[in-house]
Amino acid sequence: MSNKVKKNLTPVQQEYYDFAKQREPKRPVFSNCVRAFLVGGGICLLGQLISDFFLWNFDFTEKTAGNPTVAILIIISVLLTALGVYDHIAQWAGAGTAVPVTGFANTMASAAIEHRTEGFVLGVGGKMFKLAGPVIAFGVFSAFVVALIKTVITMLGGL
Amino acid sequence: MLKGHQTWVYPAKPVIISTGTVGGPQEAKGPLAEDFDLLHGDLWLGQDSYEKAEKKMLEEACEITLKKAGLQKKDLQFFLCGDLLNQVVSSSFAARTLAVPFLGLYGACSTSMEGLALGALIVDSGYGERVLCGTSSHNAATEKQYRYPTEYGSQKPPTAQWTVTGAGAALLAPGGDGPVVTSATIGRVVDMGMSDPFNMGGAMAPAAVDTITAHLRDMQASPRDYDLIATGDLGKVGFEIASDLLKKHGLEIPSELFTDCGLEIYDKKHPEALSGGSGCGCSATVVYGHILNRMKKGELKKVLIVATGALLSPLSYQQKETIPCIAHAVSIEYGC
Repeated sequence: MSNKVKKNLTPVQQEYYDFAKQREPKRPVFSNCVRAFLVGGGICLLGQLISDFFLWNFDFTEKTAGNPTVAILIIISVLLTALGVYDHIAQWAGAGTAVPVTGFANTMASAAIEHRTEGFVLGVGGKMFKLAGPVIAFGVFSAFVVALIKTVITMLGGL
Repeated sequence: MLKGHQTWVYPAKPVIISTGTVGGPQEAKGPLAEDFDLLHGDLWLGQDSYEKAEKKMLEEACEITLKKAGLQKKDLQFFLCGDLLNQVVSSSFAARTLAVPFLGLYGACSTSMEGLALGALIVDSGYGERVLCGTSSHNAATEKQYRYPTEYGSQKPPTAQWTVTGAGAALLAPGGDGPVVTSATIGRVVDMGMSDPFNMGGAMAPAAVDTITAHLRDMQASPRDYDLIATGDLGKVGFEIASDLLKKHGLEIPSELFTDCGLEIYDKKHPEALSGGSGCGCSATVVYGHILNRMKKGELKKVLIVATGALLSPLSYQQKETIPCIAHAVSIEYGC
């Protein structure tokens, strides 16, 4: 990545690039990973507890308990976003709060809140998918490619 | 009067007769809270959008400036103002309220000194007697335009900066009591190929160094001639790069004379400020509040303010353009 960026620079710019890089604080990758692991794992544990709650108390199977569990996690995430807490947790937790379903809910809720001032149609409706849009577009496309591969393998008699 | 290549010297010595500074909740918690004329505990300022809140802050800064000078809107001749929002709306809308002949400026975060330099030029040339220069930035409105929604949970790297919620205005007149604007150096656009919008300090540092060097060369001065040289919003990262870059070019500014407004405005332990403050409001509020107050107390006699600006747009960095940067320097004296 950095070599690709550097290639288009003039020699003076390259020299400055190295000069500035030496003085740039490094992203704390290790502690970020540990935090993401703990928080992400914590959210998954919470999901598991909610799922078990549905299994033990109601007439759900392991497969059908998934939907209400995700719904609850989404509600929690949207509430925390609306109360202005989620972004502060995320600055600490990084990928831990971004990767689970709570992160996806946060992208939509934050964009919807932010663009409320531009009205319901062009603001909330139009901009709600500003950050979530690419996730949906590429998610659906990758699902399609994977399904295609699976179908071809099955047709060829594999699996 | 032009001196050297790019420096204006003002023989008539325009005076900053009054200033007004307004800040938001984070600024109120910072170490310079005492130097603000007005602080708000709420980012919304009772408005229904962040953009309106920014306009309101700017109007308040102008009002306070006029009130302190004992003047009214009709006494003003020109209003020079700029901000970070698209099409400089905050400034234009504040100018609508003021109803004073208006010039809209854009120099990103260097707008504060761009305005002051031009305002001083108008007063010095005698083409205007009372010129108001202002600028503003609003954390949430800027985040919304340049980055992500305010409530979006993204982790910012340690090089990122926190946009100041604040507005500052200064009123220039040919005579009166107050600090004098003696010279200004207009900067060149410098692009050293940095393209990370989360490291503006690193991108802007060479522009600051270029303008400081140019100013000292044109004025045949040395850093020791100043009591303080303050850059606009380089933050921790950019300030360190700028200091080292100056040393590399054989121009060492003693550390006790050299500071950065972005470092001053927030508590160094404040976790979300990361590298420091940024935005038009950063240099405007720190200079028009804190630094001028120190001058009036007699702690400083001659200062050089080097406001730095990153001239990028959200579109330009998505299209993988590098970040062009600029810095304008204004020299202010009091009691010399």
